[in-house]
Amino acid sequence: MALSYLRSSSSRSVNLLKPLSSSLPLRRPISTDTTPITVETSVPFTSHQCDAPSRSVETNPKELLTFFRDMALMRRMEIAADSLYKAKLIRGFCHLYDGQEAVAVGMEAAVTKKDCIITAYRDHCTFIGRGGTLLEVFAELMGRQAGCSKGKGGSMHFYKKDSNFYGGHGIVGAQVPLGCGLAFAQKYSKDETVTFALYGDGAANQGQLFEALNISALWDLPAILVCENNHYGMGTAEWRAAKSPAYYKRGDYVPGLKVDGMDALAVKQACKFAKEHALKNGPIILEMDTYRYHGHSMSDPGSTYRTRDEISGVRQERDPIERIRKLILSHDLATEKELKDIEKEVRKEVDDTITQAKESPMPEPSELFTNVYAKGLGVESFGADRKEVRATLP
Amino acid sequence: MATGFHGVGAAVAALSSSPSNSFDSKKLLCSPRRSFPVRKGASFVADRSDGSVNLDLNPKARRAQQLIVNAVANKADSSPASSSSKPGHELLLFEALREGLEEEMDRDPRVCVMGEDVGHYGGSYKVTRGLAEKFGDLRVLDTPIAENSFTGMGIGAAMTGLRPVVEGMNMGFLLLAFNQISNNCGMLHYTSGGQFTIPIVIRGPGGVGRQLGAEHSQRLESYFQSIPGIQMVACSTPYNAKGLMKAAIRSENPVILFEHVLLYNLKERIPDEDYICNLEEAEMVRPGEHVTILTYSRMRYHVMQAAKTLVNKGYDPEVIDIRSLKPFDLHTIGNSVKKTHRVLIVEECMRTGGIGASLTAAITENFHDYLDTPIMCLSSQDVPTPYAGTLEEWTVVQPAQIVTAVEQLCK
Repeated sequence: MALSYLRSSSSRSVNLLKPLSSSLPLRRPISTDTTPITVETSVPFTSHQCDAPSRSVETNPKELLTFFRDMALMRRMEIAADSLYKAKLIRGFCHLYDGQEAVAVGMEAAVTKKDCIITAYRDHCTFIGRGGTLLEVFAELMGRQAGCSKGKGGSMHFYKKDSNFYGGHGIVGAQVPLGCGLAFAQKYSKDETVTFALYGDGAANQGQLFEALNISALWDLPAILVCENNHYGMGTAEWRAAKSPAYYKRGDYVPGLKVDGMDALAVKQACKFAKEHALKNGPIILEMDTYRYHGHSMSDPGSTYRTRDEISGVRQERDPIERIRKLILSHDLATEKELKDIEKEVRKEVDDTITQAKESPMPEPSELFTNVYAKGLGVESFGADRKEVRATLP
Repeated sequence: MATGFHGVGAAVAALSSSPSNSFDSKKLLCSPRRSFPVRKGASFVADRSDGSVNLDLNPKARRAQQLIVNAVANKADSSPASSSSKPGHELLLFEALREGLEEEMDRDPRVCVMGEDVGHYGGSYKVTRGLAEKFGDLRVLDTPIAENSFTGMGIGAAMTGLRPVVEGMNMGFLLLAFNQISNNCGMLHYTSGGQFTIPIVIRGPGGVGRQLGAEHSQRLESYFQSIPGIQMVACSTPYNAKGLMKAAIRSENPVILFEHVLLYNLKERIPDEDYICNLEEAEMVRPGEHVTILTYSRMRYHVMQAAKTLVNKGYDPEVIDIRSLKPFDLHTIGNSVKKTHRVLIVEECMRTGGIGASLTAAITENFHDYLDTPIMCLSSQDVPTPYAGTLEEWTVVQPAQIVTAVEQLCK
């Protein structure tokens, strides 16, 4: 596969450094080592109406290896979902996140599970980041009972209430007012937590976003609006959709920060900064400069509006997993083989979970009528022919 | 049977609604009531819809005549049996709404109000007057003119457990928030597999007013009725306004409470004690034998005015205020249809795709065998509401048309 070829090509260059460090003791694959390492982000942050945070990010071996494993898991999961879709086990819409994993893992590293995250329909990896299991993901994608929404939501409706992941929304931009509402509730309950409302460069032109931003700024809500700018709104490039593609500046009176979204450490630094800012000063916009390798969704080849060279160029220069791999290898936190083993392990995990998910049953027919209302109205519901599907609601 | 007045038990009040099937109605009406979340320990008065019992019809008819003189009506608490109940207090409908809202905000700190001019201004129809001073800016929130986003924000807050009451200054403005109401408010409970409940109340005045123009005379119940997952109720008297407001706030489901611009100044005497009205129940306004008239909101008063004339002409209409627009209270309606075998629906929605259209379909599907004649539905004309007073009058159903329709039905 193209991916493994690229991987091995980069490792060849790192091998040259190998002899120098061979005297160091052997490190275990998932290190529990928390000695701090300081890394510089790839590019400095650009800011609007605020002081940019420093380029030096504190991290540690454990975190870096966790990043690597999580991103490898997400990448593998998305590619597996691609195959499942082509095998017609996943139907409808399937929007894949591969290439953008750094945003999900970097954000998780900076916040707690008490902070809320809400995003749009490209939510599989964000759900995993919030603590969702692979089984819930694949079962939901295939519409099975074991899915996180019992099979009734689908790809675009993943939610995890206990870790404050609010979805999973199909209508472009509609999640941003919801996110500001979450921030309002946090302020109301005096939680000292924040909300990250993610949206894309396509949604950045929605009116409701600016309405919600205005209200958030007026009421000083701890809302962080994160624009995952992958430069294409389905088939339309950002310069064709927005007069001003500097999305971090679009908040006008609201401060903004532009971040390299392919660098998990930069994302982590930015989110940490944003959380501190939002708790003190109200809303802030983060623009994550990222890229998606797949098309917008499974029905989009992704090559009619951009060149294959562009895609492979980004994959070679800016791939988030590769960056972390290089970082790990250059700091000698794990060997090449150990990282490969992690990837193999991840691949096996994904395959096993898919097998397990395939065995999960489809929802019961009576599930058609459950959860329409929180408390049923004591009515009897039935399908069109009044015979086949019947349920008495609580 | 007379205990319906003091309303000690939940189910008792329903007994007075129809002489036949009283046993069944009590049994069947028990279930929705029991499942209803009611404040523990407090005594409450369940909805005593018609406020009276099965006396013979003539005195009731005469009382009905005394009842409706004009739009500002006094509820017939003046009958002898009611004088032994607590005197209660008199107020206007918007004050009743405010009382309900205030009591719920006192009771539950998670209730908050959001809307345009609800705070410092006191509410464009004074429903929230005084609340901002009492509860502060964080619980009574003035929003900018951004319906789509503040409705969305209300829904987002509700996902975490807050109980916002979102006010649309006019229901028509909520069309801008249709996406949020339909997709997020209505469907989130389902698409999340039951993880989130959305205990939001969306309320506001709608309906045809006095020459307010086409865009400010919209009847949104017809647009929202298809949305799965929401409940819709329409209040028509101060008593049920307060009761429905409280019930809606306490409900775990998203509820849309439709008020009417012209009904805000209705005066009525309502009980002092804490009470709620069942969200899914219809109200029996006037029991009768000849024809069932189903109506809601402002048209109830047109119907009662027509009932006055009809009684003089010797007809005995049974008037039911359906109150619950989604879901329909097919139990009460069904019992009535089984008794009278003739149905007239009087609504303010437009003919096409209105509440009446759905109700006609529902009754035909379920009670076809009990109908002697096809259901007649009187609705507003399928036109944008004109500004000119005379034209506006012709758009909406008038009492004279109701009288003619009943005469036709009963031929």
